[in-house]
Amino acid sequence: MAKSNEPIWWSLFSAGGVVAAFLVPVHIFLTGIAWPLGILPGNFLQYSKMQMLFSHPAVRLYCFILISLPLFHWAHRFRFTLVDVGLKSIHKLIAVLCYGTAIAGTIAAAVILWR
Amino acid sequence: MKPYVRPMPATWWLQRGAYLFFMLRELSSVFVAAYLVIFLVMIHRLSQGPDAYGAFLQGLKSPLAILFHVVALAFALLHTITWFNLTPKALAIHIGEERLRPELIIIPNYVAWIVVSAIIGWFVVKG
Repeated sequence: MAKSNEPIWWSLFSAGGVVAAFLVPVHIFLTGIAWPLGILPGNFLQYSKMQMLFSHPAVRLYCFILISLPLFHWAHRFRFTLVDVGLKSIHKLIAVLCYGTAIAGTIAAAVILWR
Repeated sequence: MKPYVRPMPATWWLQRGAYLFFMLRELSSVFVAAYLVIFLVMIHRLSQGPDAYGAFLQGLKSPLAILFHVVALAFALLHTITWFNLTPKALAIHIGEERLRPELIIIPNYVAWIVVSAIIGWFVVKG
């Protein structure tokens, strides 16, 4: 049997699906809805407080996982969605572009979080 | 000889409700990824200082930004629900001869999700 990279991509897809399912809704609610509309008490996104939060190595690691894994989840889904809507003839290029974008996003996250 | 491939219009997923639902579920990952890119920009602005970060926060208050986040939340919830409901299919647990009932795998996921969300919310608002 030919060697395949599929198990790696599928594992990242699966791990990203778990992270997205458990963690993403509450983050969207907090930063995108609750804070701008003032639903929850306090100005909880204020600069000094967030600076303090992000000085914590554990918070940086958490954000890295939160951003990176769901990007691979997106890459895997989007790749097959594009093939499903009729781009089968360029499926190799689509795979490279999708996973490449996820890898680029992961590198960007690492640079922004730890530089 | 070339095998016959039945032509498939690119809009096949508009032909049936179940197909459309499948497409919306796949599309949820686009909104989740878009949100995470915005979240990464926020962290980047934070590292650039109070002025850059303040301008970013001002942007979060625009009606368009709020509309995006409401739509993104709806798609994120669609992902969460469909993902949890699929777990028993990916994770078939057997106790002796009996297969564990799907609800016993699905419900703990929802409970854990609510607890985790509450902890993150508490940490961000109070922490």
